[in-house]
Amino acid sequence: MSRTVEMSVPEDRYRSLRVKQGNYARRMRTERVVGVLLVFFMALASIPLFLIMFEVIRRGIGVVNWEFLTSREVPPAREGGGYAAGFIGTGIMVGWASLFAIPTGIFAAVYLTEYGKGVFAAVIRFFTDVMTGIPSVFVGLAVYFLIINQTGFTFGAFPGAVAVGIIMLPIVVRSSEEILRTVPDDLRQGSLAMGARRWQTTIKVVLPAAGPGLSTGAMLAVARAAGETAPLILTAFGSNAIVTALFNQPISAVPLQIYNGARQPFAPGIERAWGGALCLMVLVLALTVTARWIGARFSKTGNR
Amino acid sequence: MSLITTPDSAPDSAPNEAPSNRLGGTGAGRFADRAFSMALFLAGLSVLGVLAAIVIRTTIDAFPVFQYQGFFSFLFGTEWQAGFARNEFTGVYGAFPFIFGTLFVAGIALVLALPLAIAVSVFIVFYAPLRFRTVLSYMVEVLAAIPSIIFGLWGLLWFVPTVLQPISNWVAGTFGFIPFLSQPVPNVNYFHAGFVLAIMILPIITAITREIVSAAPISEQEAAYGLGSTRWEMVRQVVLPRSVSGIVGASMLGLGRALGETIAVLMLVGGSQRFDFRLFFPGDTMAAHIAATFQDAAPETITALLGIGVVLFLVTIIINMIARLIVWRFGFKATGDAI
Repeated sequence: MSRTVEMSVPEDRYRSLRVKQGNYARRMRTERVVGVLLVFFMALASIPLFLIMFEVIRRGIGVVNWEFLTSREVPPAREGGGYAAGFIGTGIMVGWASLFAIPTGIFAAVYLTEYGKGVFAAVIRFFTDVMTGIPSVFVGLAVYFLIINQTGFTFGAFPGAVAVGIIMLPIVVRSSEEILRTVPDDLRQGSLAMGARRWQTTIKVVLPAAGPGLSTGAMLAVARAAGETAPLILTAFGSNAIVTALFNQPISAVPLQIYNGARQPFAPGIERAWGGALCLMVLVLALTVTARWIGARFSKTGNR
Repeated sequence: MSLITTPDSAPDSAPNEAPSNRLGGTGAGRFADRAFSMALFLAGLSVLGVLAAIVIRTTIDAFPVFQYQGFFSFLFGTEWQAGFARNEFTGVYGAFPFIFGTLFVAGIALVLALPLAIAVSVFIVFYAPLRFRTVLSYMVEVLAAIPSIIFGLWGLLWFVPTVLQPISNWVAGTFGFIPFLSQPVPNVNYFHAGFVLAIMILPIITAITREIVSAAPISEQEAAYGLGSTRWEMVRQVVLPRSVSGIVGASMLGLGRALGETIAVLMLVGGSQRFDFRLFFPGDTMAAHIAATFQDAAPETITALLGIGVVLFLVTIIINMIARLIVWRFGFKATGDAI
């Protein structure tokens, strides 16, 4: 016995969801095409990271050796020499900038989470966010006009450190605030209930609880600072000599040396630029990856 | 004896001092709280202070060049001739070639990066297997940590000669009859700078777009599935429509970064101080011009460069403020290194 199909009702009125008809094939085809396209786009987006890392490692690995790390730059047409001037300059400027930006940034973040209520805190938060978007070259210009053009200082480590510090500050504030927010309120209330003052609660309870997490903001900021070039062109100026003075002596930095090496035609200088890029990339990626690892671990345990 | 520990017996096992003696205070301790909160307040204020100092100082110092050239002729003048005087203005300062180049390059970057960022976000949130999600988003965002000088070096010495130049040559050779795409193709031009810039802003846009698309309510997603939607139909009809304004905010943040990006663009854009409507024209941008000519500039030209800087600052700060307000409405912030 065969079943007959009732032809008198329009077919699609009784169509089951499981019946593959109508535009089902077309919709499934679209779904598959979109899936493939998205995989393709994802691959496309993740390629540049590997291309950059591969090329920097390939060109830089042969250059980085003890001499590269400890001697100063020779004229670009000559082999040998290294980026010691840059390493020292970057170290000095990022170090001084950190001394200013990291404590100030963490304090500002504590203010925002522990004390900041109302309009003023919202204003600070908003402008901190906005500050992360200021072009770094403009920060360099501003520091030039604030310090070098106004006071007796000339180009050197001090204005460079100020510029780098201004770039670091909002990064520290925002990431530290994120971390401080994950400290449970129970801890604060417990401490206050024990009779602790607010500053004691903050210093002895909140900050230790946030402890390792706070280093993420600092590390991200140092990573950003170490790679900044544009503001240093306008403030540190660059130098071929190894300079340790804080004031009034143009000083080099690794990014500045890479920049100068990349835009001249001689092969040895270009090779050294790749070597410098490798050192910088290793430093920055190590800091970033560590920071994110700590941050991820922290937000997992801190959120309970 | 009772087995229950009474409160009276507790202090025997506690340290000698009661908590109140260690934590409370007399004398100077009474002011500690106020002093501490004041110190924190000052730290918070320092952010605003730094910003205010920057804005006030640069505005005052840039004023003479706007006065000399006229603000609108500074913005729209097409000729830029640096002067060499110390205490007066002698050059001609029309910043339009740089303004145009900045907008053009940033526009190219945004056009290339935005669709890719949306696709990547949708893939990571709705398509990728759960255990790959973190790794995939991580892979895109680590890109944001790489310093721009490395992008510049890599772009100038490897990416452009190996990948971009052949593509550009082919495009200009095949579609060269369209004025926009016409030859010649020098190795540094708007398009090459814009392309590398697109790679640089991709992680910023992706980070925020990802959060925004993943915030589409589960109930609405399930309702769409319940009505028989395929995954893509759900994304297209439920997720994307509600994400539009958030994606606009994210792309404006990316645009802000693209406008201010200096060193990578400087190495790839050409530095010609001129502008043209051709895609492969070696032009110049505001930030690149400042960084390129600052070290050799005479005092009057440095003031003129500051004028460019102030214009750049105004544009980026306005874009950033609008973008932050849009993204804030969603309750998101750019976190981690993609700030």
